[in-house]
Amino acid sequence: MTQTVRKLQLGKIGELVPRADAPPKVKGEFVYASDLIVPGMLWGHTLRSPHAHARIASIDISQAVAMPGVHAALTHDDVPGERLYGLEFQDQPVLAIDRVLYYGEPVALVAAEHPEQARRAAESIHVEYEPLEPVADMERATELSELHPDKPTHGHGYLDDPRPNVLRHIQIQHGDVDAAGDVVVTGVYEVGSQDQAFLGPESGLAVPDGEGGVDIYVATQWLHVDRAQVAPCLGLPLSAVRIHLAGVGGAFGGREDLSMQVHGAMLALHTNRPVKIVYNREESFTGHVHRHPARIWCEHRATHEGRLVNVRMKILLDGGAYASSSTAVASNAASFAIGPYESPNALIESTAVYTNNPPCGAMRGFGAVQTCFASEAQMDKLAAALDIDPVELRLLNALAPGDVLPTGQRITGSMPVAETIRAAAALEPPPEEPLPRDVLRLPGGAGNTTNGEGVRRGVGFAVGFKNIAYSEGFDDYCAARVRLLTDGSAEVHCAAAEVGQGVTGVILQVARTELDLEDVRLAPGQTATVDSAGSASASRMTWMAAGAVRDACRAALEEQTLRPGEEVDVERIYRHAATTPLDPETGQITGERAHVAFAACAMKVVAEVDVDLGLTRVVWIGAAQDVGKAVNPQQVEGQIEGGTAQGLGLALMEEIQTRDGLITNASFTDYLIPTALDMPPVESVLIEDPEPDAPYGVKGVGEPPTVVSTAAIVAALRAATGRELARVPVKPDDICLGSETETG
Amino acid sequence: MDVLTPRTLAEALRLKAEHREAWPIQGGTDVLVALNFDRGRPACLLNLNEVAELRGFTRQDGALRLGSGLTYAEVEHGLLRDVLPALAEASRTVGSPQIRNRGTIGGNLGTSSPAGDALPPLLVEGAEVECASVRGTRRVPLGEFVTGVKRNVLEPDELITAVWVTPSRAPQTFMKVGPRNAMVIAVVSLAVSAGDELRASFGSASPRPVLVTAPREEADSFPERVAAAAAPIDDVRGSERYRRHALRVLTERALKRVLV
Repeated sequence: MTQTVRKLQLGKIGELVPRADAPPKVKGEFVYASDLIVPGMLWGHTLRSPHAHARIASIDISQAVAMPGVHAALTHDDVPGERLYGLEFQDQPVLAIDRVLYYGEPVALVAAEHPEQARRAAESIHVEYEPLEPVADMERATELSELHPDKPTHGHGYLDDPRPNVLRHIQIQHGDVDAAGDVVVTGVYEVGSQDQAFLGPESGLAVPDGEGGVDIYVATQWLHVDRAQVAPCLGLPLSAVRIHLAGVGGAFGGREDLSMQVHGAMLALHTNRPVKIVYNREESFTGHVHRHPARIWCEHRATHEGRLVNVRMKILLDGGAYASSSTAVASNAASFAIGPYESPNALIESTAVYTNNPPCGAMRGFGAVQTCFASEAQMDKLAAALDIDPVELRLLNALAPGDVLPTGQRITGSMPVAETIRAAAALEPPPEEPLPRDVLRLPGGAGNTTNGEGVRRGVGFAVGFKNIAYSEGFDDYCAARVRLLTDGSAEVHCAAAEVGQGVTGVILQVARTELDLEDVRLAPGQTATVDSAGSASASRMTWMAAGAVRDACRAALEEQTLRPGEEVDVERIYRHAATTPLDPETGQITGERAHVAFAACAMKVVAEVDVDLGLTRVVWIGAAQDVGKAVNPQQVEGQIEGGTAQGLGLALMEEIQTRDGLITNASFTDYLIPTALDMPPVESVLIEDPEPDAPYGVKGVGEPPTVVSTAAIVAALRAATGRELARVPVKPDDICLGSETETG
Repeated sequence: MDVLTPRTLAEALRLKAEHREAWPIQGGTDVLVALNFDRGRPACLLNLNEVAELRGFTRQDGALRLGSGLTYAEVEHGLLRDVLPALAEASRTVGSPQIRNRGTIGGNLGTSSPAGDALPPLLVEGAEVECASVRGTRRVPLGEFVTGVKRNVLEPDELITAVWVTPSRAPQTFMKVGPRNAMVIAVVSLAVSAGDELRASFGSASPRPVLVTAPREEADSFPERVAAAAAPIDDVRGSERYRRHALRVLTERALKRVLV
């Protein structure tokens, strides 16, 4: 056996770089936000609403503050500054004022010497609620009483829908919206509410600086947007609030909105002691926004040859109690509704409504997951109705550069949909394993439910796409600062949140490439030393951080040539090409583009289903993803596998269940996520078609696999069972007791 | 909260008599979850991990005495696999390897959940629960031990010290349905044996364990009989209709395995 010499100078763009955080995470040595500890620290606890909708008649903290170990009990009266905050719209109370709109809404805070003292004190706070009828059914929300009479999302350039509880309504009218086709297929699809289910619950530590300011160490996705929301609520200037990135145990969109930041800082400033808040698992399910549950009505019209003529879709999204990022999710769902296909005509209506259900917002895929599930089922129905091979039908309609999206935007950059479809279709699944088999390799797995009885095999295919980076006129930028030190080393500052996706490695790879230097380190992420990086969201962080770090490195080298021998310290801001909003009446672009760039992913899935018990084993997944340029191929494959697993969870098991707005399965006992026995091996093909305007040609890679895997897995289940399966997660009942497909 | 750690069974029984409100804890796979989710605030825990008499199993006159501290991992991998195969299969379906290393048969009985995976295979094998206190020791048939959802006949001063079972040596199997392929609480489970008669018991489909029996020649109607004996409910884990359907399917498949 030959031994290859280990290459020491690792770490440039395109090389396979092992992750620095992997060994400590695997060994349990990584310091997460929940591990933070400082001397004199108090523990904060949040009292939350047990009701989905209620008026608050009174709050009495007198008993709590008198309890042993308790240093503070705070209510909305104690919020030093603005009493409302929000990621995009300032509509959510820091602490409930005179009403609660969802189960788990924060009502009061306690800080105590011991977490149990804090919990017990919180219990002794007497809140008098007058329960109100919850708006629990999104389909009836526009007929029921208005939850936000002040309509916080109105006046922002959207279509200001006068109906009660409309958070955003958008209609995309493309071509002749009444155009008829030779063949029509219809369907109604439903997606349940998925949770990000990150393993590290919300946690952080707020430390008063003794001068009225505060340092907040927190697991978040965007340090500077936290600061922009926290400082006004505390009544402090931005400079008095410093946010530091603490170890993040997963995010997936669930850490875009604030959790404990203002609460911890209020308690810390009130007590003049460091205060730590860690949510438990049950609390975490109410502590962040979820993926929007959706109902989607579709009508696809096509020619006999299989060309799409007109796609008509109506999308309803349950935004829950507050706006969060629902307006952007509603618009994204509409923009990507028909999938990566060209249709000369389309009518797409997307509505997000307020209800008293858990608030929904950002989650990996951001509106495109729900619509991909619906529109890919429609493409399979169309293929069946036309008796065309489903892959051929997709190739026939695949988007390509130069084509026009339903929003009127022409694709000017990379869009290798057909290549991606062909690459995934060409992957060969492993042959069927003979019986008898170990039960672990059969549907039902460790449950020992079959020796092969009832097992049918099916192959499914799907393709999906979504946008990279922020859209619709958002000023999306990223800053990076580079110091070239006199000892020959370099230090990079960038506030990009490392949420497990590996952006710190990407930043170092870019800096090493640009500086042609190995001795480069990345300073800890914080708000005080560098401008905003934007959010670790929307599959944008690699592109944006790479752009900013590249520009800062090049500027630093230039500076160095002017002042040789001196230390250089430069900061640069990178912006992608500007976008403009969609027309509120027609959903058409108002400039060159509403979205910056797009990435596609195609998947072939083999599943085995025990049709008598409705249990599933996904056997194999082949994925081809349009990645632009793989900065670190191993990490890209990791994102494809992880993203696929999250989509598998939605396909088969993950759903936040509610009854009248109350969450009934807030635990990992009853909210199940895939185990190693549920997740098959993934064979990945990376399609490297460079994005012309992006640094190094990169695209984002985090979301496309999640967008498509749910659709592809359910397609395999339909092929195996002949069932309709119009709702995810697919329940065993739907398979063994459900209705059969119309066309199958 | 105090934690009492007896070193002998006698000391454990004395402490339980003195601290009737104490929660016994062995593996902690149920107790710690309850504490973490704040579902109870016991004044003290009675830690049984150091009591050697509760560990392992012994044989007496053809009967087996399974100590209440016997872990699922020990049942799954050890000598019991051949004599209590359905219990071994059931143990394999419990949680993850880490949970199976900690969780115990005694704890499963103490919790008396309708979803307890050890209960159906033990009931099919005619197990008896040994309950001990400073007042003495008694044996209660498993079907009488559990009286309802998470309720049993254990007196406040008693501890579960063992389970007695005389292995039937009849062909037997255990199956469990869950929405994923490992680490699930049963949506419905089933143990079936075919000795002199057909015997079946199910989990997550009735408030307390039920034993269904029939002569071997009535195998054809047995699946229907098992499904009819269940009293499932609709909850977050599954529907009443599905549970009854699955019991029918599982019984048919189980009979194919055991009627050899």
